[in-house]
Amino acid sequence: MTKQKKWLLSCIVIAVFLALVYFLEGIIPSYSNWSMLFTVLEKGSIYALVAVSMNLVNGFTGLFSLGQAGFMLIGAYAYAVFTIPVAQRAAVYQYFDGGLIQFTIPVFFAILLAGIVAAIFAFLIGLPVLRLKSDYLAIATLGFAEIIRAIFQWNALGPITNGSNLLRKFATYQSALFPIIACGICIAIICLLINSSYGRAFKAIREDEIAAEAMGINLFKHKQLSFVISSFFAGIGGALLAMFQTTIQASAFKAAMTYEFLLIVVIGGMGSITGSIIASFLFIACREWWLRFLDSELYIGDFQVPLLRAGFRNVVFSVVIMIIVLFYRKGIMGTREFSWNGLLRWFKNLPGNIRSIPGRLKRKNKKEAQINE
Amino acid sequence: MDFVRDNLPYILAGISVGGQYALIAIGYTMVYGILRLINFAHGDMFMIAGLMGVYAVTWMPLYLAIPFVIIFTVILGFAIERVAYKPLRSAPRMSVMISAIGVSYLLQNLALYITGGLTKTYPSIPWISNTVKVFGATTKVVTLITPVLTIALVVALVLLINHTKMGMAMRAVSRDFETARLMGIKIDSVISLTFIIGSFLAAVGSILYFSNYTGVMPTAGAMPGLKAFVAAVFGGIGSIPGAVIGAFIIGICENIIKGVGWTTFSDAFTFALLIVILIVKPTGLFGEKNIDKV
Repeated sequence: MTKQKKWLLSCIVIAVFLALVYFLEGIIPSYSNWSMLFTVLEKGSIYALVAVSMNLVNGFTGLFSLGQAGFMLIGAYAYAVFTIPVAQRAAVYQYFDGGLIQFTIPVFFAILLAGIVAAIFAFLIGLPVLRLKSDYLAIATLGFAEIIRAIFQWNALGPITNGSNLLRKFATYQSALFPIIACGICIAIICLLINSSYGRAFKAIREDEIAAEAMGINLFKHKQLSFVISSFFAGIGGALLAMFQTTIQASAFKAAMTYEFLLIVVIGGMGSITGSIIASFLFIACREWWLRFLDSELYIGDFQVPLLRAGFRNVVFSVVIMIIVLFYRKGIMGTREFSWNGLLRWFKNLPGNIRSIPGRLKRKNKKEAQINE
Repeated sequence: MDFVRDNLPYILAGISVGGQYALIAIGYTMVYGILRLINFAHGDMFMIAGLMGVYAVTWMPLYLAIPFVIIFTVILGFAIERVAYKPLRSAPRMSVMISAIGVSYLLQNLALYITGGLTKTYPSIPWISNTVKVFGATTKVVTLITPVLTIALVVALVLLINHTKMGMAMRAVSRDFETARLMGIKIDSVISLTFIIGSFLAAVGSILYFSNYTGVMPTAGAMPGLKAFVAAVFGGIGSIPGAVIGAFIIGICENIIKGVGWTTFSDAFTFALLIVILIVKPTGLFGEKNIDKV
């Protein structure tokens, strides 16, 4: 396929997908089971954005950073604080005399601001932290995320952050198309970055720091760049998550949240944007929708199926994650990316692959038998 | 002197919490020393031990329940190492760390499933849950025995490491993994032993900790776990006396901060301390310098 053809095909697919979402949104009533589809699409695309931003640092630059939840928190708060309508402020900031800030800014600029504030924090945190090596870096970024959470819950900052109380009544979106398009644009920008000369420098640092430095790559500058850009998009992700949830509270942005994103990145494949996106949607779809039935008690006749009750879903889910982490270490995509040619090839080879499964199994068994002998 | 009198309850609480952190921190520092792995699941093991304590007393008398909890935790620690870390022995370090995070996620979800998300109350153990007066400050007996017990266990552990054959093997493995293997040391059994000791100390720590703070919930292990890890880094990771001193310092400082009225920042302080130590002296108080070779 020529480049032009691929572009055309991609544009058509995206347009059809967006039109389909718009159409379905009109006909599926909010009380039907299928409305979960929109939850999955909205939350999935927000998670995809944050997962891709985490992949930029962890998968492409090889820095083991665990600060994502902290940057999302900053983004979410920056967005919420500046978009609560002035008339509602007295109700939201009821313990702090209506709060300090008495103006709002348009949604678009608020989202951008969320990213910029997160990026500024990341820049300052990066100055000392990025000089550390692998696991020390992980712990230091985790520590900073916790410190950020503590600061946002501090009562003295209450007039701005509302202390440890909920923030609510800020502007949200109406259509599922909004988060999908916003996240799509952000992910596209990250893609362009990764395919630029900066992206190549990031990958070089991941492969071998010393060799990269010898080739004239300024280690600190590039690490800092990757970290700041990743946090910028995590901040935007946080703002979109705030819009999705309609209320936010600092205590929700715990280390456990970062771990979730890390697991998504690993399931999708470290260093694959496509993988992160697929894994995000799978993760959210399984957790919010497909595995829901595990949480409700089920009777077949008089027989109660054992184990099924609230919380079982998450147990099954984490066992599956452990299996992926242990046995499919490369994740869904490894370091490969989506391409039309790859997809075509996959479909072309599919019948052959299915036919060859018995043969492969036989060969595997034979090999194991030989080893056992 | 006035400062001491006013702050005595906090200092006592700090020493006690410090001892409990120390027991957890040893598990971190030993595992890191040998496998170069931050065992993120260690804090959750501690939580599971606490949860097991809650359930065990309803199944059996107390004098059986305590050994049961300890044995259960040890077996759990051993099993986790065999299932989740051993298959990844030759994988990059990041994979093992992700596996540890996965285990932590699994243990938390399992606890959430078993408890149904409710906070369980730890049973009060006779004698150690009694209250006593020390210099006019009221506290529980557990506060007083924790530091004593901690130091006794640490001395025993140091003797074990310095004067037995297994201890020598552990020191050798932590110095150089590959060479130790070539010298005929059974790496897997050394690593298993490390996890067994770590889990044993975490179980003892959980009994002491939850006698003091009686709410056991699925996330109860995360914070003490992270703080114990910070203690291990502060003391120089891989060094047992370092971890113990670090844990006591963190416990005492944290409680004094609570006493001054900055409770929101008692957790943040720990991490601030971590970041300062990582920047000023990344090897910690007693750590050995590691040089990267090309």
